[in-house]
Amino acid sequence: MSMLVPFGPQHPVLPEPLQLRLELSDEKVISALPVIGYVHRGLERLAEQKDFIQDTYLIERVCGICSFIHSMTYCMGIEEMMNIAVPPRALYLRTVWSELHRMHSHLLALGLLADAFGFENLFYSLWRIREEIMDAMEATTGGRVMLGSCCIGGVRKDIDPAQAQFVLEKLANVERALKRPAEVLIGDYTVKQRLVGVGVIDGKKAYELGAVGPTLRGSGVLRDHRTTGYAAYGELDFEPVVEQDGDCYARTLVRIGELRQSIALVRQALGKLPDSELKTPFKGNPEGEVAVRAEQPRGEVLYYLRGNGTDKLERLRIRTPTFANIAPLLTMLVGCNLADVAVIILSIDPCISCTER
Amino acid sequence: MRLFSIFKDILSSLVQGPVTRDYPAHPRAPFPGTRGKLVIDETKCIYCGMCARKCPAHALTVTRKPDQEWRFERFRCILCGACVENCPKKCLALVDRNAPDPAAPK
Repeated sequence: MSMLVPFGPQHPVLPEPLQLRLELSDEKVISALPVIGYVHRGLERLAEQKDFIQDTYLIERVCGICSFIHSMTYCMGIEEMMNIAVPPRALYLRTVWSELHRMHSHLLALGLLADAFGFENLFYSLWRIREEIMDAMEATTGGRVMLGSCCIGGVRKDIDPAQAQFVLEKLANVERALKRPAEVLIGDYTVKQRLVGVGVIDGKKAYELGAVGPTLRGSGVLRDHRTTGYAAYGELDFEPVVEQDGDCYARTLVRIGELRQSIALVRQALGKLPDSELKTPFKGNPEGEVAVRAEQPRGEVLYYLRGNGTDKLERLRIRTPTFANIAPLLTMLVGCNLADVAVIILSIDPCISCTER
Repeated sequence: MRLFSIFKDILSSLVQGPVTRDYPAHPRAPFPGTRGKLVIDETKCIYCGMCARKCPAHALTVTRKPDQEWRFERFRCILCGACVENCPKKCLALVDRNAPDPAAPK
């Protein structure tokens, strides 16, 4: 006999309100049905009521974790529509802030995952490291999370040599501090018992269900939108991190690998920072339609923008990575134990506020 | 098989002392350029209303002549700095949130 158990929206391990209606047979999950809509804010509609320059600040508030990448993707879309060429220094600075965001997001996700399997100490350690990144962001832009540094045509803030040095010092601290928690996450027996072989999804299935980001790369599919070379990624040297097993452990390894990769990418970008203007002035209003994508910490985000020649956009549509990862999540949950549900949910790093906008 | 590998971390944390500060008795020193709160030097303001037009959160209301009033709803402000950038007289600034407010104009 099966029974229906509501998991969430208020649950100790869930950082954001997502409900999963779990059909259980004893301790095993037979099926899962998601219920979303608890934090819908009507942000797309609001964006149509403000002018397209004010929208830059609004779009940044879609997500409280990858805020900069949201505003950057939006600006990339408007720039494509209005044929604005962004100065090279601005592209490099965008890359630096994107990677800082990726690092703080992955540290947050790994910490929450540790919390989900009951490893409080590891959770504290990872979040303590995250503060170094937050300091680097506040020192360079004036804001910890809402950087507000991206604008249409370039960036609003510069990183001077002293600030670059500060960021590099913080990166060295992160690299040093990350060693022990990474050792625990990768090698500790108790952690492996909770992650290895849990929430398995093979590459083909993940691809068919539309998985993105570390969820897809953890299943052996090399798909990272940064390889298309937007911002300054085309001029930087990096290889996407891919793991084969498709379980929670593989997804964790991808995030740890990407943390180290982001440190290297920020160092490369700051080392090569070209001298140029920070933004290109522009006139007029956006007209036409454009779809633009970027790689967020959780995966690929898609923006669809349609302008009609006025200062207000006719339509703005955002498809966030978590939305794409919910269908694979439901497949991962089938057949797992109830005690593993929290770990599997946190292994895709869900961002519900982002998804519901 | 590695067990209790977090213990090294715990032991070093035991001798290091707390990493947190005794807030609010000891607040952290602000970073230069931190966006803590919006302040205005009203002696320089020409009440042109540019800040209010650019504000994405509609936190500012400017009344032009003859009343000449600059009103700010602090709880609506999202500290983006759009007003500071667009002010023609540069009388607006974002400062540390613990900084003292400038004296009100007479």
